[in-house]
Amino acid sequence: MNSAPVTGRVGLRHQSAGIRRNMPQPVLEVRGITKHFPGVVANRNIDLDLSPGEILAVLGENGAGKSTLMNIIYGLHPPTSGSIRVGGRRLECRSPRDAIAAGIAMVHQDFQLVPTMTVLENIVLGVETTRRGVLDPATAERDVDELCQRFGGQLDINLQAVIDDLPVGMRQRVEIVKALYRGARILILDEPTAVLTPQETGSLFQIMRGLRNQGTGIIFITHKLKEVPDVADRIVVLRQGAVVGHARPGATTEQALATMMVGRVPSLTVPKTTVVPGPPMLEVDNLTVHRDDGTIAVDRISFEVNQGEILGLAGVQGNGQTELIGALTGLRPVSSGTVRLNGRDTTQVSARRVGRAGGTGHIPEDRHTHGTVESFSVAQNLVLNLCNRPPFARWGLLRLEAIRAHARRKVADFDIRTTSLEQPLGSLSGGNQQKLVVAREMRDGLQLLIASQPTRGVDMGSVEFIHHQIVQQRNTGRAVLLASYDMDEILALADRIAVMFEGRLIGLFPAAQVDRNRLGLLMSGIPA
Amino acid sequence: MPMPNAQPWPVAALQTAVALLGVALLGAVLIAVLGYNPWAAFAGLAEGSLGTERGLAATVRKTAPFVLTGLSVALALKAGLFNFGAAGQFLMGSVGAVWVGIQFQGLPVWFHLPLALAVGIGSGSAWGTIPGWLKVSTGAHEGITTIMLNYVAALFAGWSVFAGSSLSTTRPGPLWDPTSGPVSASPDVLVSARIPWILGPPLRIHWGIALALLTALLMWWLLERTRFGFELKTVGAKPLAARYAGMRSGWTTVLAMTWAGGLAGLAGAIETLGVNHKFAPEFGGGMGFEGITIALLGQGHPLGIVLAALLFAVLDAGASKMQFNSGVPSDIIQVVQALILIFVAAPALATWLLDRVSRTQRASAAAAGLRA
Repeated sequence: MNSAPVTGRVGLRHQSAGIRRNMPQPVLEVRGITKHFPGVVANRNIDLDLSPGEILAVLGENGAGKSTLMNIIYGLHPPTSGSIRVGGRRLECRSPRDAIAAGIAMVHQDFQLVPTMTVLENIVLGVETTRRGVLDPATAERDVDELCQRFGGQLDINLQAVIDDLPVGMRQRVEIVKALYRGARILILDEPTAVLTPQETGSLFQIMRGLRNQGTGIIFITHKLKEVPDVADRIVVLRQGAVVGHARPGATTEQALATMMVGRVPSLTVPKTTVVPGPPMLEVDNLTVHRDDGTIAVDRISFEVNQGEILGLAGVQGNGQTELIGALTGLRPVSSGTVRLNGRDTTQVSARRVGRAGGTGHIPEDRHTHGTVESFSVAQNLVLNLCNRPPFARWGLLRLEAIRAHARRKVADFDIRTTSLEQPLGSLSGGNQQKLVVAREMRDGLQLLIASQPTRGVDMGSVEFIHHQIVQQRNTGRAVLLASYDMDEILALADRIAVMFEGRLIGLFPAAQVDRNRLGLLMSGIPA
Repeated sequence: MPMPNAQPWPVAALQTAVALLGVALLGAVLIAVLGYNPWAAFAGLAEGSLGTERGLAATVRKTAPFVLTGLSVALALKAGLFNFGAAGQFLMGSVGAVWVGIQFQGLPVWFHLPLALAVGIGSGSAWGTIPGWLKVSTGAHEGITTIMLNYVAALFAGWSVFAGSSLSTTRPGPLWDPTSGPVSASPDVLVSARIPWILGPPLRIHWGIALALLTALLMWWLLERTRFGFELKTVGAKPLAARYAGMRSGWTTVLAMTWAGGLAGLAGAIETLGVNHKFAPEFGGGMGFEGITIALLGQGHPLGIVLAALLFAVLDAGASKMQFNSGVPSDIIQVVQALILIFVAAPALATWLLDRVSRTQRASAAAAGLRA
């Protein structure tokens, strides 16, 4: 597959003829879409067909061009060349408004809902039913109810609930109903499972199957290999902006798909040496942390991380992990309880002091908002939180030679692909930006590494590399606290697993005692 | 108002050149619409600012305060702060410098002049620190508070040389010179506190220009070579990243405004100690507002700011000659300055224009292809 990638047109025509001989006319035909951004080709001559009543999985790494392609179909970007037809008619898409009018709907990763409004209000927002210019909620409610009924039990929602009170899975459901209410025949789901528990993912797939059976065409974007065979009718793989392969779920393997995505055979497991954990490096005792709005985010949590051990902190996003790590790294005040680092009380230290002490490395949850400054150079970003101490600064002056030498070493050791040390960080790929953060935080004299979502939004090659680096730290006796929303990441790396739910620790087990299913149940708050 | 963004400098320079070309074109159209000859106007402008010895001297003289107020706005902008208060800081700097300059008879130049400059810088700094401190302690937006403090500074400066009133018991201001006549002003600054001439009257070029250029260099060094500069830029570019990195954002914010105020204060001190040799509210009013345009036009870079300041000095110095030669009212210069602000502060406008042009070209190319 790697040596002779199936490119574009020929492959697809051949394939579609073979697979869907008896299928109806495609509802969506994408022909020869190419998109140039300054300096990059995001899409190269992409062909794609979608039939009514079909679930098409578009699989690819971050940066493979999936989102760009979908944004073009949805009218957010004009293509450089190529055409799109919906139901046989050419679509001149200038804005999402045109796409919606043509029956295309897109559910984005970050939901576009008004949190203070009810489900019903959100669904009808912008297309309200009125009677002589006055809102007519009763009719609207009947229409929406009818719509949900048509799909059986799967689309059950309480229309009067306020969005703020709903769990993430429910909000996603609201987005889907919103799309259907606008008459969508083509539904694009952009990484819909990224924020869901495994159980919520299961019911999303139920809904998707129901929609398919009613004739809706669905494009399902993902980079998670495991979930594709469960739900897709057909798989298209993108790499570096081009279609590199097609597959059907029954006729392919995870390994084959991964190879198509990455362009080489990746290793899906991380080799770990046997390490006997040492004494505790981080001891957290009865810790309580509040959110900015005064609600409790972390509720009397206790655990410890030992030297030579990776403690995996599992949980669905929004269950207090962010606040817990904020408190451990000095970014958020501790309300009560104690934190001890290497035996010393560090409960109320500031981020500045955590940095000063030098023993704690912190890979922040979101490198864009915290970890890096895009307009700064690679070398500057590599000393972002080190610039206040020797050898990088003395007497208030930056020591450029030391900063450059440090950057040269980190770029080489961590395989950061950059043309020069002076290049602005923003021009690096996401994977390389993340490797830079990892490189900076794995500093000399490290005692404790706090890694939060260390591989989010990163290509598979970089994931592999970062995982190896984290395990390497553990193998050399450092303590690692790994927080991840990705269950597979936790299962692949952790020695012990702690599960957070609604601010509490509802389980703490040796990794060997937990499997995917049990972990999934724990993450949704069901202790087993 | 956009942050000066980090682009490779040839791109930034090209963008600015295109913007200025647009301004010149619009200005020419405007002048033509008003019924004057644009060529005569441009020629007059060039002659008045660059064509004669005196004109050249005026350009050089006016560059200094423009450089410093531009740097003041740019430094704050690097820290993510809007310093609309350079005008007030300029006035406070002027008053402070004059206050020292008119007293202490008999001090040597090497002591009196630096002292007067330092007090000018200090007065501007103090005036800049207030909004910085207000922002950090109460969250008050510095864009608003700096503007408000401009009014306070203008009233304070006016009062300092107020002549008093014979109708009431209102006493005159502390710096008022009883011999100043109908235009109330301070007494002349003592010779020992004046900035020496590089070229004396009638050209009147003083060492202030050297001081301004040196300050530009110093600011580049501060931003690129010191830890404070690095932290300042981080706080400006991404406050959350600064917090994550353990930087003291609040402290940096206050200090950035202190420095910004000091730069504008120095501009005021240079104008009073170098050119006017006294303080009268009529001089240098609104000096700080050009600083905003100059900082944006110079893309926040010290060298860019020096060039932008030079352009503004040319406009300023050539205005009266332009009016004399072509009849175009010199007020048109202010319109041109406003156009520059619109063009550089609204890059979206330029992008939109360029996009329209290229789209039309594409469409006509496609139409041509269809016909072929």
